[in-house]
Amino acid sequence: MVPARHPWRWAGTALVLVLLAQFGHGLATNPGWDWSTFAGYFLEKSVLQALLLTLELTVGGALLGFLGGVPLAAMRLSRNPVLQSVSWTYIWVFRSVPLIVQLLFWANLGYLYDRLQIGVPFGPGWSFSTSSLVSSFGAALLGLALHEAAFAGEIIRSGLLSVDQGQHEAAAALGLPRRRQFFRIVLPQAMRAILPNAANLLVNLLKSTSIVYVLAIGELFYQVQVIYGRNGRVVPLLMVATVWYVVLTALLSILQYYVERHFARGAVRTLPPTPFQRLRAAIRG
Amino acid sequence: MIELTGVHKSFGTLDVLRGIDLTVAAGTVTVILGPSGSGKSTLLRSINHLEKVDRGLVRVDGELIGYRQAGGKLYELGEGQILGQRARIGFVFQNFNLFPHLTALENVAEAPISALRRNKTEVYELSRALLARVGLADKADAYPRQLSGGQQQRVAIARALALEPRLILFDEPTSALDPELVGEVLDVLRDLAAAGTTMIVVTHEIGFAREAADTVIFMDEGRIVEQGTPAQVLDHPRHERTRTFLSKVLN
Repeated sequence: MVPARHPWRWAGTALVLVLLAQFGHGLATNPGWDWSTFAGYFLEKSVLQALLLTLELTVGGALLGFLGGVPLAAMRLSRNPVLQSVSWTYIWVFRSVPLIVQLLFWANLGYLYDRLQIGVPFGPGWSFSTSSLVSSFGAALLGLALHEAAFAGEIIRSGLLSVDQGQHEAAAALGLPRRRQFFRIVLPQAMRAILPNAANLLVNLLKSTSIVYVLAIGELFYQVQVIYGRNGRVVPLLMVATVWYVVLTALLSILQYYVERHFARGAVRTLPPTPFQRLRAAIRG
Repeated sequence: MIELTGVHKSFGTLDVLRGIDLTVAAGTVTVILGPSGSGKSTLLRSINHLEKVDRGLVRVDGELIGYRQAGGKLYELGEGQILGQRARIGFVFQNFNLFPHLTALENVAEAPISALRRNKTEVYELSRALLARVGLADKADAYPRQLSGGQQQRVAIARALALEPRLILFDEPTSALDPELVGEVLDVLRDLAAAGTTMIVVTHEIGFAREAADTVIFMDEGRIVEQGTPAQVLDHPRHERTRTFLSKVLN
């Protein structure tokens, strides 16, 4: 048997390879990229400190965002019309307001409410000055988390809805306790639908932390701006930030792959080997 | 013993059950026949309160299901209490509804561990024995999607048995199966019947009804049209509707 020939596939491949080679050549030879400056700043101390702040904002925003998303999803799925509407309204508002606008609002919270108070509603309590309670880092984290929570709530809700009604019925018919029904039966199945979207949201959040520069917080993007404002080497310093964002996204993608694989148990008859396992098999021959 | 008195249920304007009175003795097999839409499944689901009835009472071993009676009024039970009642009534679904992310063994062991709070080691031992009883001793670690339909339904039956129920309800247990797999599931049902399990089975398998049932019930339009021994209902039906249905099913 002679397999069919695909000459155009070869032509397409050749074209793509030539374009890639040209691009690579340009990266290496165009002096504008200024790779020596890039190398000088990539692991520079102030850049690494800024990177740490970016990571703190990402992790904090994601944790708080998903913690907020769980009750939002639960409220929208509840049968109580008040809870439903509150959740719907929250999601409507926080999905509508651009992140940058929201951040500026939080940073100016002290202008609206100069003191905050915790205590009995309309009664006595403790009060704090707003600016002492909400630092600019706090304002940034709050803004990111509130924004994330709206999206996380919808992602979690879509995951819970994707679980077949028969699963709820079977769990109820077996008399499993309510919490157990949710955590053992429904949630692990919902995770299959939640994870890819949640990972997308997380990557988006990582990049959205760069918007926080408007609050003059020394995260990665703000820091490289400060440096190129001093030395005028705009492109290599933008590349420093870009490469770090790409590296972090790559790490997140690898994590995503393994977590998704964990929750795929039982969903496919046999799990395909991981790229790592395939590589090892290829080397062993 | 299961006792239904005056059970009514409607979905919107559609009256699905229009006054069902039924008594099922412990240790007997009752087969419910009837055209689709006659209310068979709804009747079955109301026995373990998966459907809330609009009127009427359901009692299992004298215990009112889903409600508490006090001073001539019925009070709906809290969810925890209803779940507790369900844990003593097995239910086998048409589409199996096994938990796809758990192995066969974990599916069977889940309810005794979390609903009855029994010792894990003992439950796993019991679950393995139950899987062996339905002929699946070697499939304990398989996930549902790795099993055939007939095997999945047998795991589902083992899962219902694991609660040591007073009663098992079967909702068309063979309707989703390829014809050649029906036999293996019916064999398990026959074994259970022979062992004296109280069973109510909604099915279209007339042959099974004839040989395994103590009582056959024919339902149509939300009412019990006819009931009696298999010989009475299947061979000498008194009602025209029963005769029409049987002639369609048997040919």
